[in-house]
Amino acid sequence: MQWLDAVLQGVLLGGLYAQYALGMTLMFGVMRVVNAAHGDIMVLLGLCGIALTAWLGIGPYAAMAMLTPIAVLLGYALQRVVLNRVIGDDPLPSLIATFGLSTAIQNLLLEVFSADARSLNAGGLESASVGIGELHLGVLPLQIFGAAVVLTTGLDLVLKRSRFGRALRASAADAEAASITGIDPKRIYAGATAIATGLLALAGVFQATRATLSPADGPAQLIYAFEAVIIGGMGSVWGAFIGAIVLGVSQVVGSRIDAGWGSLVGHLVFIGILCLRPQGLMARQR
Amino acid sequence: MTANLLSTRQLSASYGDFQALFGVDFHVDAGEVVALIGANGAGKSTLLKSLMGLLPVSPEMVQFEGQPVGGMPAHALVRRGLALVPEGRRLFTGMSVEENLRVAAEHGRAAASGRGWTLPRVYELFGMLQTKRNQAVEALSGGQQQMVAIGRALMSNPKLLLCDELSLGLAPLVIKEIYAALPAIAREGTAIVLVEQDVSLAQQASNRLYCMLEGRITLTGTSSEIRRAAIAQAYFGATHAVA
Repeated sequence: MQWLDAVLQGVLLGGLYAQYALGMTLMFGVMRVVNAAHGDIMVLLGLCGIALTAWLGIGPYAAMAMLTPIAVLLGYALQRVVLNRVIGDDPLPSLIATFGLSTAIQNLLLEVFSADARSLNAGGLESASVGIGELHLGVLPLQIFGAAVVLTTGLDLVLKRSRFGRALRASAADAEAASITGIDPKRIYAGATAIATGLLALAGVFQATRATLSPADGPAQLIYAFEAVIIGGMGSVWGAFIGAIVLGVSQVVGSRIDAGWGSLVGHLVFIGILCLRPQGLMARQR
Repeated sequence: MTANLLSTRQLSASYGDFQALFGVDFHVDAGEVVALIGANGAGKSTLLKSLMGLLPVSPEMVQFEGQPVGGMPAHALVRRGLALVPEGRRLFTGMSVEENLRVAAEHGRAAASGRGWTLPRVYELFGMLQTKRNQAVEALSGGQQQMVAIGRALMSNPKLLLCDELSLGLAPLVIKEIYAALPAIAREGTAIVLVEQDVSLAQQASNRLYCMLEGRITLTGTSSEIRRAAIAQAYFGATHAVA
Protein backbone atom coordinates (compact mmCIF):
# COMPACT_ATOMS: atom_id res chain seq x y z
CA MET A 1 0.00 0.00 0.00
CA GLN A 2 2.89 2.29 0.78
CA TRP A 3 4.24 1.81 -2.74
CA LEU A 4 0.85 2.22 -4.40
CA ASP A 5 0.56 5.49 -2.51
CA ALA A 6 4.04 6.53 -3.70
CA VAL A 7 3.13 5.80 -7.32
CA LEU A 8 -0.15 7.73 -7.08
CA GLN A 9 1.54 10.72 -5.45
CA GLY A 10 4.20 10.52 -8.16
CA VAL A 11 1.58 10.56 -10.91
CA LEU A 12 0.03 13.66 -9.34
CA LEU A 13 3.44 15.35 -9.06
CA GLY A 14 3.95 14.41 -12.70
CA GLY A 15 0.83 16.44 -13.53
CA LEU A 16 2.64 19.56 -12.32
CA TYR A 17 5.79 18.68 -14.28
CA ALA A 18 3.64 18.08 -17.35
CA GLN A 19 2.56 21.69 -17.20
CA TYR A 20 6.19 22.87 -17.40
CA ALA A 21 6.88 20.32 -20.11
CA LEU A 22 4.03 21.31 -22.44
CA GLY A 23 5.48 24.70 -23.29
CA MET A 24 8.88 23.08 -23.58
CA THR A 25 7.64 20.47 -26.04
CA LEU A 26 6.27 23.24 -28.24
CA MET A 27 9.49 25.29 -28.19
CA PHE A 28 12.19 22.64 -27.87
CA GLY A 29 10.44 19.55 -29.21
CA VAL A 30 8.75 21.14 -32.23
CA MET A 31 10.54 24.44 -32.94
CA ARG A 32 13.96 23.21 -31.71
CA VAL A 33 14.54 26.45 -29.84
CA VAL A 34 16.29 26.10 -26.50
CA ASN A 35 14.71 28.49 -24.03
CA ALA A 36 16.99 28.40 -20.98
CA ALA A 37 14.76 30.97 -19.24
CA HIS A 38 11.74 28.62 -19.29
CA GLY A 39 11.99 27.77 -15.57
CA ASP A 40 12.75 31.35 -14.55
CA ILE A 41 9.72 32.70 -16.41
CA MET A 42 7.64 30.10 -14.56
CA VAL A 43 9.10 31.28 -11.21
CA LEU A 44 8.53 34.92 -12.22
CA LEU A 45 4.87 34.25 -12.99
CA GLY A 46 4.45 32.12 -9.83
CA LEU A 47 5.88 34.85 -7.60
CA CYS A 48 3.67 37.43 -9.33
CA GLY A 49 0.74 35.11 -8.58
CA ILE A 50 1.69 35.05 -4.89
CA ALA A 51 1.92 38.86 -4.84
CA LEU A 52 -1.43 39.24 -6.63
CA THR A 53 -3.31 36.90 -4.28
CA ALA A 54 -1.80 38.64 -1.23
CA TRP A 55 -2.62 42.16 -2.43
CA LEU A 56 -6.05 41.58 -3.88
CA GLY A 57 -7.17 38.77 -1.59
CA ILE A 58 -8.07 36.57 -4.57
CA GLY A 59 -7.67 32.81 -5.01
CA PRO A 60 -5.11 31.01 -7.20
CA TYR A 61 -7.52 30.49 -10.10
CA ALA A 62 -8.40 34.18 -10.26
CA ALA A 63 -4.68 34.97 -10.21
CA MET A 64 -4.17 32.56 -13.14
CA ALA A 65 -6.95 34.23 -15.09
CA MET A 66 -5.22 37.59 -14.62
CA LEU A 67 -1.67 36.36 -15.26
CA THR A 68 -2.27 34.17 -18.31
CA PRO A 69 -3.02 37.03 -20.77
CA ILE A 70 0.03 38.89 -19.47
CA ALA A 71 2.16 35.77 -19.92
CA VAL A 72 0.86 35.31 -23.46
CA LEU A 73 1.91 38.86 -24.35
CA LEU A 74 5.26 38.33 -22.62
CA GLY A 75 5.88 35.19 -24.70
CA TYR A 76 4.89 36.95 -27.92
CA ALA A 77 7.27 39.81 -27.13
CA LEU A 78 10.05 37.40 -26.14
CA GLN A 79 9.88 35.69 -29.53
CA ARG A 80 9.47 38.90 -31.55
CA VAL A 81 12.13 40.95 -29.76
CA VAL A 82 14.70 38.32 -28.76
CA LEU A 83 14.29 34.82 -30.18
CA ASN A 84 13.35 35.66 -33.79
CA ARG A 85 16.69 37.48 -34.08
CA VAL A 86 18.73 34.46 -33.02
CA ILE A 87 16.67 31.62 -34.50
CA GLY A 88 18.31 29.44 -37.15
CA ASP A 89 20.03 26.15 -37.74
CA ASP A 90 22.54 26.87 -35.01
CA PRO A 91 20.99 26.30 -31.55
CA LEU A 92 23.78 28.16 -29.73
CA PRO A 93 22.64 31.81 -30.23
CA SER A 94 19.19 31.15 -28.75
CA LEU A 95 20.76 29.24 -25.87
CA ILE A 96 23.11 32.13 -25.06
CA ALA A 97 20.40 34.79 -25.40
CA THR A 98 17.97 32.95 -23.12
CA PHE A 99 20.74 32.04 -20.66
CA GLY A 100 21.35 35.77 -20.29
CA LEU A 101 17.64 36.36 -19.88
CA SER A 102 17.52 33.62 -17.23
CA THR A 103 20.26 35.29 -15.17
CA ALA A 104 18.60 38.68 -15.54
CA ILE A 105 15.20 37.35 -14.39
CA GLN A 106 16.74 35.58 -11.38
CA ASN A 107 18.50 38.74 -10.25
CA LEU A 108 15.42 40.88 -10.82
CA LEU A 109 13.36 38.48 -8.71
CA LEU A 110 16.01 38.45 -5.99
CA GLU A 111 15.89 42.25 -5.91
CA VAL A 112 12.08 42.45 -5.76
CA PHE A 113 11.09 39.37 -3.74
CA SER A 114 14.31 38.61 -1.72
CA ALA A 115 15.73 35.08 -1.55
CA ASP A 116 12.94 33.76 0.73
CA ALA A 117 10.90 30.77 -0.33
CA ARG A 118 7.25 31.80 -0.55
CA SER A 119 3.99 30.01 -0.95
CA LEU A 120 0.59 31.06 -2.19
CA ASN A 121 -2.16 31.14 0.43
CA ALA A 122 -5.15 29.45 -1.18
CA GLY A 123 -7.39 29.48 1.92
CA GLY A 124 -7.21 25.78 2.82
CA LEU A 125 -7.28 24.34 -0.72
CA GLU A 126 -3.60 23.44 -0.42
CA SER A 127 -4.19 21.12 2.55
CA ALA A 128 -7.60 19.60 1.62
CA SER A 129 -7.58 15.90 0.76
CA VAL A 130 -9.91 13.09 -0.17
CA GLY A 131 -9.59 9.57 1.22
CA ILE A 132 -9.97 6.43 -0.86
CA GLY A 133 -9.66 3.47 1.49
CA GLU A 134 -6.31 3.93 3.21
CA LEU A 135 -5.06 6.37 0.57
CA HIS A 136 -5.25 10.11 0.91
CA LEU A 137 -4.97 12.25 -2.20
CA GLY A 138 -4.68 16.03 -2.09
CA VAL A 139 -7.51 17.98 -3.69
CA LEU A 140 -5.10 20.51 -5.19
CA PRO A 141 -2.77 17.87 -6.71
CA LEU A 142 -5.85 16.21 -8.24
CA GLN A 143 -6.94 19.55 -9.72
CA ILE A 144 -3.42 20.14 -11.05
CA PHE A 145 -3.40 16.70 -12.63
CA GLY A 146 -6.83 17.26 -14.18
CA ALA A 147 -5.67 20.61 -15.57
CA ALA A 148 -2.59 18.90 -17.04
CA VAL A 149 -4.75 16.30 -18.82
CA VAL A 150 -7.02 19.01 -20.23
CA LEU A 151 -4.08 21.18 -21.35
CA THR A 152 -2.26 18.23 -22.93
CA THR A 153 -5.38 17.17 -24.84
CA GLY A 154 -5.96 20.72 -26.00
CA LEU A 155 -2.39 21.36 -27.08
CA ASP A 156 -2.21 18.03 -28.90
CA LEU A 157 -5.38 18.88 -30.84
CA VAL A 158 -4.15 22.38 -31.64
CA LEU A 159 -0.88 20.99 -32.99
CA LYS A 160 -2.46 18.16 -34.99
CA ARG A 161 -5.75 19.58 -36.20
CA SER A 162 -5.68 23.37 -36.30
CA ARG A 163 -4.56 25.75 -39.03
CA PHE A 164 -2.03 27.18 -36.59
CA GLY A 165 -0.72 23.72 -35.68
CA ARG A 166 -0.18 22.76 -39.32
CA ALA A 167 1.61 26.05 -39.98
CA LEU A 168 3.82 25.51 -36.93
CA ARG A 169 4.76 21.96 -37.94
CA ALA A 170 5.44 23.12 -41.49
CA SER A 171 7.64 25.99 -40.27
CA ALA A 172 9.53 23.67 -37.93
CA ALA A 173 10.09 21.12 -40.73
CA ASP A 174 11.47 23.69 -43.21
CA ALA A 175 11.10 27.41 -42.49
CA GLU A 176 12.06 28.52 -46.00
CA ALA A 177 9.66 26.07 -47.64
CA ALA A 178 6.98 27.34 -45.26
CA SER A 179 7.60 30.92 -46.36
CA ILE A 180 7.17 30.03 -50.05
CA THR A 181 3.88 28.41 -49.05
CA GLY A 182 2.63 31.73 -47.70
CA ILE A 183 3.45 31.19 -44.03
CA ASP A 184 5.33 33.83 -42.06
CA PRO A 185 7.37 31.51 -39.80
CA LYS A 186 8.37 34.29 -37.41
CA ARG A 187 4.75 35.16 -36.73
CA ILE A 188 3.88 31.51 -36.20
CA TYR A 189 6.84 31.08 -33.83
CA ALA A 190 5.71 34.14 -31.87
CA GLY A 191 2.29 32.52 -31.49
CA ALA A 192 3.87 29.26 -30.29
CA THR A 193 6.06 31.00 -27.72
CA ALA A 194 3.01 32.98 -26.56
CA ILE A 195 1.16 29.69 -25.94
CA ALA A 196 4.19 28.13 -24.23
CA THR A 197 4.58 31.12 -21.90
CA GLY A 198 0.85 31.36 -21.27
CA LEU A 199 0.94 27.77 -20.01
CA LEU A 200 3.73 28.76 -17.61
CA ALA A 201 1.36 31.17 -15.84
CA LEU A 202 -0.80 28.19 -14.88
CA ALA A 203 2.22 26.05 -13.98
CA GLY A 204 3.79 28.86 -11.91
CA VAL A 205 0.68 29.58 -9.84
CA PHE A 206 0.04 25.84 -9.33
CA GLN A 207 3.64 25.35 -8.23
CA ALA A 208 3.41 28.29 -5.81
CA THR A 209 0.19 26.91 -4.33
CA ARG A 210 1.31 23.29 -4.09
CA ALA A 211 4.82 23.93 -2.79
CA THR A 212 7.10 26.94 -2.41
CA LEU A 213 8.92 29.17 -4.85
CA SER A 214 12.11 31.17 -4.50
CA PRO A 215 13.95 33.20 -7.16
CA ALA A 216 16.65 30.54 -7.67
CA ASP A 217 14.22 27.67 -8.37
CA GLY A 218 14.03 28.18 -12.15
CA PRO A 219 16.96 26.10 -13.40
CA ALA A 220 15.83 22.94 -11.56
CA GLN A 221 12.34 23.23 -13.07
CA LEU A 222 13.95 23.82 -16.47
CA ILE A 223 15.82 20.51 -16.13
CA TYR A 224 12.61 18.65 -15.22
CA ALA A 225 10.87 20.10 -18.29
CA PHE A 226 13.80 19.12 -20.55
CA GLU A 227 13.87 15.61 -19.09
CA ALA A 228 10.13 15.12 -19.53
CA VAL A 229 10.28 16.21 -23.19
CA ILE A 230 13.25 13.97 -23.95
CA ILE A 231 11.86 10.93 -22.08
CA GLY A 232 8.61 11.32 -24.01
CA GLY A 233 10.16 11.93 -27.42
CA MET A 234 10.83 15.21 -29.23
CA GLY A 235 7.76 16.79 -30.73
CA SER A 236 5.18 14.54 -29.10
CA VAL A 237 2.75 16.37 -26.80
CA TRP A 238 1.44 13.24 -25.08
CA GLY A 239 5.04 12.02 -24.92
CA ALA A 240 5.93 15.05 -22.80
CA PHE A 241 2.96 14.28 -20.53
CA ILE A 242 4.04 10.63 -20.14
CA GLY A 243 7.65 11.77 -19.61
CA ALA A 244 6.53 14.10 -16.82
CA ILE A 245 4.58 11.29 -15.14
CA VAL A 246 7.61 8.95 -15.35
CA LEU A 247 9.74 11.68 -13.79
CA GLY A 248 7.19 12.38 -11.02
CA VAL A 249 6.78 8.70 -10.11
CA SER A 250 10.57 8.16 -10.12
CA GLN A 251 11.11 11.09 -7.80
CA VAL A 252 8.43 10.15 -5.27
CA VAL A 253 9.35 6.45 -5.25
CA GLY A 254 13.01 7.45 -4.90
CA SER A 255 12.29 9.72 -1.97
CA ARG A 256 10.39 6.90 -0.24
CA ILE A 257 13.50 4.70 -0.50
CA ASP A 258 15.59 7.45 1.04
CA ALA A 259 14.42 10.99 1.71
CA GLY A 260 17.46 12.44 -0.08
CA TRP A 261 17.13 10.37 -3.24
CA GLY A 262 14.09 11.93 -4.90
CA SER A 263 15.70 14.11 -7.58
CA LEU A 264 18.60 11.70 -7.98
CA VAL A 265 16.36 8.75 -8.89
CA GLY A 266 14.48 11.00 -11.33
CA HIS A 267 17.72 11.91 -13.10
CA LEU A 268 18.93 8.28 -13.09
CA VAL A 269 15.70 7.08 -14.69
CA PHE A 270 16.11 9.84 -17.29
CA ILE A 271 19.66 8.68 -18.08
CA GLY A 272 18.48 5.05 -18.16
CA ILE A 273 15.76 5.85 -20.71
CA LEU A 274 18.24 7.91 -22.72
CA CYS A 275 20.50 4.82 -22.92
CA LEU A 276 17.77 2.30 -23.71
CA ARG A 277 15.47 4.38 -25.91
CA PRO A 278 17.24 7.58 -26.94
CA GLN A 279 14.45 8.60 -29.33
CA GLY A 280 12.01 8.77 -26.40
CA LEU A 281 9.00 6.70 -25.43
CA MET A 282 6.59 8.18 -27.96
CA ALA A 283 8.95 9.52 -30.62
CA ARG A 284 7.29 10.90 -33.70
CA GLN A 285 8.64 9.40 -36.87
CA ARG A 286 10.72 11.82 -38.89
CA MET B 1 -1.99 42.27 -76.27
CA THR B 2 -0.91 39.96 -73.47
CA ALA B 3 -0.28 41.69 -70.16
CA ASN B 4 3.19 41.75 -68.73
CA LEU B 5 2.95 39.74 -65.48
CA LEU B 6 6.47 39.79 -64.16
CA SER B 7 9.64 41.47 -65.32
CA THR B 8 13.11 42.10 -63.99
CA ARG B 9 15.21 45.18 -64.70
CA GLN B 10 18.98 44.82 -64.49
CA LEU B 11 18.53 42.22 -61.74
CA SER B 12 21.72 41.50 -59.82
CA ALA B 13 21.96 39.15 -56.88
CA SER B 14 24.74 37.81 -54.67
CA TYR B 15 25.40 35.13 -52.11
CA GLY B 16 27.48 37.21 -49.72
CA ASP B 17 30.54 38.35 -51.68
CA PHE B 18 29.83 36.05 -54.59
CA GLN B 19 27.77 37.73 -57.31
CA ALA B 20 25.58 35.18 -59.09
CA LEU B 21 23.39 37.35 -61.36
CA PHE B 22 24.58 40.26 -63.51
CA GLY B 23 21.96 42.68 -64.89
CA VAL B 24 19.34 40.12 -65.88
CA ASP B 25 16.37 41.39 -67.93
CA PHE B 26 13.64 38.77 -67.97
CA HIS B 27 9.91 38.87 -68.38
CA VAL B 28 6.86 36.62 -68.32
CA ASP B 29 3.48 37.50 -69.78
CA ALA B 30 0.18 36.33 -68.29
CA GLY B 31 -0.64 32.74 -69.22
CA GLU B 32 2.73 32.08 -70.86
CA VAL B 33 5.04 29.08 -70.33
CA VAL B 34 8.66 30.22 -70.27
CA ALA B 35 11.61 27.84 -70.03
CA LEU B 36 14.92 28.78 -68.45
CA ILE B 37 17.83 26.60 -69.49
CA GLY B 38 21.53 26.65 -68.79
CA ALA B 39 24.35 24.59 -67.35
CA ASN B 40 24.90 23.96 -63.65
CA GLY B 41 25.80 27.20 -61.89
CA ALA B 42 24.47 29.40 -64.69
CA GLY B 43 22.19 31.22 -62.22
CA LYS B 44 18.80 29.67 -63.04
CA SER B 45 17.90 28.72 -59.48
CA THR B 46 19.34 31.99 -58.23
CA LEU B 47 17.04 33.87 -60.58
CA LEU B 48 14.01 31.97 -59.25
CA LYS B 49 15.09 32.59 -55.65
CA SER B 50 15.48 36.32 -56.37
CA LEU B 51 11.98 36.43 -57.87
CA MET B 52 10.56 34.60 -54.85
CA GLY B 53 12.07 36.92 -52.25
CA LEU B 54 14.59 34.38 -50.96
CA LEU B 55 17.61 36.53 -51.84
CA PRO B 56 18.05 40.23 -51.05
CA VAL B 57 17.51 42.36 -54.18
CA SER B 58 16.40 45.98 -54.43
CA PRO B 59 12.65 46.62 -54.90
CA GLU B 60 12.64 48.07 -58.43
CA MET B 61 14.66 45.14 -59.84
CA VAL B 62 11.56 42.89 -59.82
CA GLN B 63 8.15 44.13 -60.99
CA PHE B 64 5.06 41.99 -60.52
CA GLU B 65 1.86 43.31 -62.11
CA GLY B 66 3.54 46.70 -62.40
CA GLN B 67 4.48 46.90 -58.71
CA PRO B 68 8.04 46.84 -57.41
CA VAL B 69 8.29 43.65 -55.31
CA GLY B 70 12.05 42.88 -55.24
CA GLY B 71 13.23 41.65 -51.86
CA MET B 72 9.71 41.41 -50.43
CA PRO B 73 9.35 38.45 -48.02
CA ALA B 74 8.32 35.23 -49.74
CA HIS B 75 5.10 34.85 -47.76
CA ALA B 76 3.93 38.28 -48.92
CA LEU B 77 4.71 37.39 -52.55
CA VAL B 78 2.65 34.21 -52.24
CA ARG B 79 -0.35 36.37 -51.37
CA ARG B 80 0.25 38.45 -54.51
CA GLY B 81 0.20 35.34 -56.67
CA LEU B 82 3.71 33.88 -56.91
CA ALA B 83 4.50 30.28 -56.03
CA LEU B 84 7.68 28.21 -56.22
CA VAL B 85 8.22 24.47 -56.60
CA PRO B 86 11.68 24.45 -55.05
CA GLU B 87 14.65 22.38 -56.11
CA GLY B 88 14.71 19.19 -54.06
CA ARG B 89 10.95 19.54 -53.42
CA ARG B 90 11.34 20.63 -49.77
CA LEU B 91 8.13 19.02 -48.53
CA PHE B 92 7.09 19.23 -44.89
CA THR B 93 8.32 15.97 -43.39
CA GLY B 94 6.30 14.43 -40.59
CA MET B 95 3.11 15.68 -42.25
CA SER B 96 0.76 13.79 -44.55
CA VAL B 97 0.23 14.52 -48.23
CA GLU B 98 -3.10 16.16 -47.46
CA GLU B 99 -1.64 18.27 -44.65
CA ASN B 100 1.10 19.50 -46.98
CA LEU B 101 -1.56 20.61 -49.44
CA ARG B 102 -3.93 22.06 -46.84
CA VAL B 103 -1.31 24.19 -45.13
CA ALA B 104 -0.61 25.84 -48.50
CA ALA B 105 -4.30 26.47 -49.17
CA GLU B 106 -4.71 28.02 -45.75
CA HIS B 107 -1.97 30.60 -46.32
CA GLY B 108 -2.22 31.16 -50.05
CA ARG B 109 -3.97 33.65 -52.26
CA ALA B 110 -7.75 33.49 -52.32
CA ALA B 111 -8.95 32.83 -55.86
CA ALA B 112 -12.16 34.15 -57.37
CA SER B 113 -14.96 31.90 -56.13
CA GLY B 114 -15.19 28.55 -57.89
CA ARG B 115 -12.00 29.13 -59.86
CA GLY B 116 -9.32 28.22 -57.37
CA TRP B 117 -7.35 25.04 -56.84
CA THR B 118 -8.86 22.68 -54.27
CA LEU B 119 -7.89 19.29 -52.86
CA PRO B 120 -10.22 17.39 -55.25
CA ARG B 121 -8.81 19.29 -58.24
CA VAL B 122 -5.21 18.51 -57.28
CA TYR B 123 -6.17 14.85 -56.77
CA GLU B 124 -7.78 14.92 -60.20
CA LEU B 125 -4.56 16.30 -61.70
CA PHE B 126 -2.37 13.72 -59.93
CA GLY B 127 -4.57 10.67 -59.33
CA MET B 128 -1.80 8.90 -57.42
CA LEU B 129 -1.98 11.42 -54.56
CA GLN B 130 -5.60 10.61 -53.77
CA THR B 131 -4.72 7.07 -52.67
CA LYS B 132 -1.65 8.28 -50.74
CA ARG B 133 -3.30 11.28 -49.14
CA ASN B 134 -2.97 10.15 -45.52
CA GLN B 135 0.61 8.91 -45.86
CA ALA B 136 3.58 10.84 -44.54
CA VAL B 137 5.31 12.55 -47.49
CA GLU B 138 8.69 10.99 -46.70
CA ALA B 139 7.17 7.57 -47.49
CA LEU B 140 6.42 8.57 -51.11
CA SER B 141 8.59 7.96 -54.16
CA GLY B 142 10.50 10.87 -55.70
CA GLY B 143 7.95 11.33 -58.47
CA GLN B 144 5.04 11.32 -56.04
CA GLN B 145 6.87 13.83 -53.85
CA GLN B 146 7.32 16.07 -56.88
CA MET B 147 3.57 15.86 -57.52
CA VAL B 148 2.91 16.92 -53.92
CA ALA B 149 5.36 19.82 -54.34
CA ILE B 150 3.54 20.99 -57.48
CA GLY B 151 0.15 20.47 -55.83
CA ARG B 152 1.29 22.43 -52.78
CA ALA B 153 2.35 25.35 -54.96
CA LEU B 154 -0.96 25.24 -56.88
CA MET B 155 -3.01 25.28 -53.68
CA SER B 156 -1.93 28.88 -53.10
CA ASN B 157 -3.60 29.79 -56.42
CA PRO B 158 -0.62 31.39 -58.12
CA LYS B 159 -0.79 33.66 -61.15
CA LEU B 160 2.81 32.67 -61.82
CA LEU B 161 4.21 29.24 -60.97
CA LEU B 162 8.00 28.96 -60.75
CA CYS B 163 9.27 25.38 -61.16
CA ASP B 164 12.88 24.56 -60.29
CA GLU B 165 14.15 21.38 -62.01
CA LEU B 166 11.00 19.27 -61.91
CA SER B 167 12.81 16.42 -63.65
CA LEU B 168 15.79 16.25 -61.29
CA GLY B 169 16.53 12.69 -60.20
CA LEU B 170 13.34 11.22 -61.69
CA ALA B 171 12.88 8.34 -64.13
CA PRO B 172 11.96 9.30 -67.74
CA LEU B 173 8.43 7.85 -67.46
CA VAL B 174 7.76 9.80 -64.27
CA ILE B 175 9.11 12.99 -65.87
CA LYS B 176 6.71 12.46 -68.76
CA GLU B 177 3.80 12.06 -66.34
CA ILE B 178 4.68 15.24 -64.49
CA TYR B 179 5.19 17.30 -67.64
CA ALA B 180 1.85 16.02 -68.93
CA ALA B 181 0.18 17.94 -66.08
CA LEU B 182 1.61 21.31 -67.12
CA PRO B 183 -0.81 22.10 -69.98
CA ALA B 184 -3.74 21.59 -67.60
CA ILE B 185 -2.17 24.10 -65.22
CA ALA B 186 -1.47 26.60 -68.00
CA ARG B 187 -5.07 26.30 -69.24
CA GLU B 188 -6.19 27.81 -65.95
CA GLY B 189 -4.39 30.98 -67.01
CA THR B 190 -1.43 30.37 -64.71
CA ALA B 191 1.87 31.47 -66.21
CA ILE B 192 4.73 29.03 -65.68
CA VAL B 193 8.50 29.43 -65.53
CA LEU B 194 10.34 26.13 -65.99
CA VAL B 195 13.94 25.76 -65.00
CA GLU B 196 15.14 22.70 -66.87
CA GLN B 197 18.45 21.05 -67.72
CA ASP B 198 16.97 18.91 -70.49
CA VAL B 199 16.97 21.28 -73.46
CA SER B 200 14.61 19.36 -75.76
CA LEU B 201 12.13 18.86 -72.90
CA ALA B 202 12.28 22.57 -72.16
CA GLN B 203 11.74 23.45 -75.83
CA GLN B 204 8.73 21.15 -76.15
CA ALA B 205 7.03 22.32 -72.95
CA SER B 206 7.40 26.09 -73.39
CA ASN B 207 6.28 28.98 -75.57
CA ARG B 208 9.37 31.03 -75.02
CA LEU B 209 12.85 30.22 -73.82
CA TYR B 210 15.76 31.95 -72.09
CA CYS B 211 19.26 30.52 -71.92
CA MET B 212 21.61 31.57 -69.12
CA LEU B 213 25.36 31.40 -68.81
CA GLU B 214 27.48 32.62 -65.90
CA GLY B 215 24.76 34.79 -64.40
CA ARG B 216 23.68 36.45 -67.65
CA ILE B 217 20.96 35.85 -70.24
CA THR B 218 22.71 34.74 -73.41
CA LEU B 219 19.76 33.86 -75.65
CA THR B 220 16.03 34.39 -75.79
CA GLY B 221 13.36 33.59 -78.37
CA THR B 222 10.31 31.54 -79.32
CA SER B 223 10.95 27.95 -78.27
CA SER B 224 9.86 26.32 -81.53
CA GLU B 225 11.97 28.65 -83.68
CA ILE B 226 15.32 28.62 -81.89
CA ARG B 227 17.91 26.49 -83.68
CA ARG B 228 19.94 23.91 -81.78
CA ALA B 229 23.22 25.47 -82.84
CA ALA B 230 22.21 28.83 -81.35
CA ILE B 231 21.26 27.12 -78.09
CA ALA B 232 24.56 25.24 -77.94
CA GLN B 233 26.43 28.50 -78.43
CA ALA B 234 24.43 30.26 -75.72
CA TYR B 235 24.57 27.26 -73.38
CA PHE B 236 28.32 26.68 -73.42
CA GLY B 237 29.62 30.11 -74.47
CA ALA B 238 31.43 31.04 -77.71
CA THR B 239 34.75 29.46 -76.84
CA HIS B 240 33.21 26.09 -76.04
CA ALA B 241 30.79 25.87 -78.97
CA VAL B 242 31.09 22.35 -80.31
CA ALA B 243 27.62 21.32 -81.41
